Amino acid sequence: MNATPENTNGLLRVSDLRTYLDVPSGVVKAVDGVSLEVNRKEAVALVGESGSGKSMTALTIIRLQPVVARILSGEILLNDVDLLKLDTASMCDLRGTEVAMVFQDPMTYLNPVMRAGAQVAEVVLEHQDVSKGEARSQVLDAFERVGIPSPRRVYDSYPHQLSGGMRQRVLIAMAISCRPSLLIADEPTTALDVTIQAQIMDLLAHLREELQNALFLITHDIGLVAEHCDRIYIMYAGQIVEHADTFTLFAEPKHPYTEGLLRSTLSPDKRVEVFETIEGQVPNPTDMPSGCRFHPRCPHVKDICREESPPSLDLGEGRMVACWLYE
Amino acid sequence: MTTSAEPVDHQSSNRGPQWRAIWGAFSQNRAVPIAGSLLLVLILLVLFAPLLAPYDPYALGSGSRLGGHSFRNIMGADNLGRDVFSRLLWGGRVSIFVGFSAAFATTVLGLLVGTISGYLGGWVDDILMRFTETFMVIPRFFLALIIVAFFGASIWNIIFAISILTWPVTARIVRSEFLTLRTRQFVDAAHVIGTKRSTIIFREILPNAIGVVVVNASLLTAQAMLLEAGLSYLGLGDPSLVTWGRMLYEAQPFLRQAWWMAVYPGLGIFLSVLTLNLLGDGLNDVLNPRSSEIHRTGL
Amino acid sequence: MAGDYPLLRYSVRRILQAVPLIFWVVIINFTIIHLAPGDPAIYLASVTEATPEAYAELRKEFGLDKPLYVQMGIYLWKLLHLDLGYSTWHNSPVLGVILDRLPATMLLMATAFSIASLMGVVLGVIASRYSYSVGDHLATLASLAGYSMPIFWLGQLLILFFALYLDWLPSQGMYSMRGVEPGWPAVLDVLKHLLLPAITYATYHMTLVFRITRGKMQETLAQDFILTAKSKGLNERRVLYRHALRNALLPVVTVIGINFAYVMAGSVFTETVFGWPGMGRLIFESITARDYPMILGIFLVVSMMIVLANLITDILYAMIDPRVAYN
Repeated sequence: MNATPENTNGLLRVSDLRTYLDVPSGVVKAVDGVSLEVNRKEAVALVGESGSGKSMTALTIIRLQPVVARILSGEILLNDVDLLKLDTASMCDLRGTEVAMVFQDPMTYLNPVMRAGAQVAEVVLEHQDVSKGEARSQVLDAFERVGIPSPRRVYDSYPHQLSGGMRQRVLIAMAISCRPSLLIADEPTTALDVTIQAQIMDLLAHLREELQNALFLITHDIGLVAEHCDRIYIMYAGQIVEHADTFTLFAEPKHPYTEGLLRSTLSPDKRVEVFETIEGQVPNPTDMPSGCRFHPRCPHVKDICREESPPSLDLGEGRMVACWLYE
Repeated sequence: MTTSAEPVDHQSSNRGPQWRAIWGAFSQNRAVPIAGSLLLVLILLVLFAPLLAPYDPYALGSGSRLGGHSFRNIMGADNLGRDVFSRLLWGGRVSIFVGFSAAFATTVLGLLVGTISGYLGGWVDDILMRFTETFMVIPRFFLALIIVAFFGASIWNIIFAISILTWPVTARIVRSEFLTLRTRQFVDAAHVIGTKRSTIIFREILPNAIGVVVVNASLLTAQAMLLEAGLSYLGLGDPSLVTWGRMLYEAQPFLRQAWWMAVYPGLGIFLSVLTLNLLGDGLNDVLNPRSSEIHRTGL
Repeated sequence: MAGDYPLLRYSVRRILQAVPLIFWVVIINFTIIHLAPGDPAIYLASVTEATPEAYAELRKEFGLDKPLYVQMGIYLWKLLHLDLGYSTWHNSPVLGVILDRLPATMLLMATAFSIASLMGVVLGVIASRYSYSVGDHLATLASLAGYSMPIFWLGQLLILFFALYLDWLPSQGMYSMRGVEPGWPAVLDVLKHLLLPAITYATYHMTLVFRITRGKMQETLAQDFILTAKSKGLNERRVLYRHALRNALLPVVTVIGINFAYVMAGSVFTETVFGWPGMGRLIFESITARDYPMILGIFLVVSMMIVLANLITDILYAMIDPRVAYN
């Protein structure tokens, strides 16, 4: 599993990934030709409205997409190993050790009838050849690391006895307990109070410094990523529409959708929902518009936008945008 | 898993029943047409019993006592020399009639109470639900047995006993359907534009709840048929009428001599109940598609 | 749990809730005696042809000449002293006859119930793992068939085939008529008699448990914490048994406990078909003999057993699931 010489820095490389879902009303093209990269120790964000396919992208990366999903094409290279070609057992070995995931809602993502400590210890026992006592002390260490004030008490608590913030810390402890090189966090703060949101984001940044892992953050809140991420991918209706480093993206957004997203965050009332600022609605997932999928909502729409989908344009210095305005 | 849940939400947030989606699911479902046509055949068979049955089901001496299969009695004769095939057709008439009437009475009663409880809410709902709760804990089969044993084994008593004991379940199903539908957007919208209450109930809510009620009614018919057969088997059937359960009761002492007395009527109950259960399950799949599959992940 | 005992509080509350139910049953009994056509004395003492003096005696004993509430009081008083009435048919007190028949029922039910529950759960888990495969469809269809079959007809079929056609096993009763030597031969004799009724009842019960287990497992497998468990890199068996089954089993156990009434109804039919000398058979005999006090007595005892079974299930549930007692 050694890195190839030409790109020692690359950790995750996804190219042309397509995950389609077969639902009763038709086919949902949840992930439709997504390519992205995460380098070692880097923090990268994937931003989009709910329903844009960003969670499905993350689930496909760790190969936990729903059973109704079909992966039509693509490559997911983690340390130059294509995850889509691995057998189930090898994939299980990688989950938790190389790539770990923190989910959205700490209420429902913990097993309600198992004590918190046991749920974390399970990861350690699965992947490391250690005794139960050793696993316990490792878990208590991890609890301390994620800022749980009384690790011993939490260890023996059931999830329903813990607060939302505490539960999210338990989930994070679970994810970092085997020191993965890639941590995927899917809307890790959405279900939490605003004050706790900031704490959790700071915790993730702090852990990254300490454990030197890469962070792949998935969120609908572009404001959240500004201070924590190096680069940003913008996703709309199953496709990446723009990519740039954080500073450039905020300074001069190219894609009209990105502009809309930024406007909604910069507006004084932060709670305004994105789709209220950008006119129109997220398209019906089983019946996507022709041409550029954003054209029904785009203020700068041209004739060609309705007919043909725009190519991904390389603007140099790693910038990418998929929009006819820059052709 | 927001993304994966999305398609489902899209469907349910639309207004009213999704007839097109339902029809689409129907055309893919195999259980419903198969079970439906089987049920139709069964109903036609017993409906035309007077034309199809070669003998009077109650006439003694249509065959020789405990006589086996023959040209005269294609399913043999029972201990009193009555023709088993004729009794099977006539018995099915009563069994299926009891099943449908009990299910019908239960559904009407359940719809009524469930609608009142679910739509009005508040203290009316509280009282009605407490009442159904206590009703549900009492062992139904034993109470039905007692009612019939003490008040006489007439067919109407049996139908009464079955429906009076099963309606609380239907009422609760209807009520919970109302509670979820009442909060949906389209009902709110109807409120806002000032639609009358009765119109909201009959035009907006009931058509949506009807799927669950139909599924339930199908399963109820099956249950009622099994209950009737059970009571009859214990000797609590209407003595003046032949039913499949009663035939099994009469067959019990003669198992050694005449297996046909037990096998055919049992087959009748089994096939009808199986058909109704299949129909209920199939309709349920069509009308309330499982969203869980969409959430479930592979390994 | 510092200081207070939620489980104890919960148990006490559940016991208090059970008391009115028992009252309900008593009131139903009493109402039926008075509403049914004919003299209540018939139903209270199963006398059909008694001398006028004996009638007068009875009316006096039960206070039938007094107002209804006094009669209710007398009835309750007798019940509280475990006096369920006198069976003229058996020429002994009702409770004594019922208690005599209980062990046979227990033997049959305990055997069939435990085997069927275990097999139902195991098959249900397997079916949920291979959801919507050919095997799952077949198993589901088979269970639907078992569920749609009148249990007494299944018994008759088994008698026809195994006892009468093949002549392998006895068809009626619990002991051989000829009598066997005490000791092992006697035990073997009972086991031989037990086999067919146990299979009959077990088939019926197993289909029920199978259906519930499969349904609950499918529900549980679609829940969020299953995704967490998979993302930890646990192998499939661990996910299935440690996470899913542990959560799915609780509702399964509850449903079985709450449907204890079905268990008892099943015993009535099984015992009637096979002439098994238990409480279920006693009901059939009492109906035939018009032994009304016995029928009411059995209803009362069965109802108590059901209330008790529900109570035990609820408390067990609270002991296993940490969330219940706290609500």
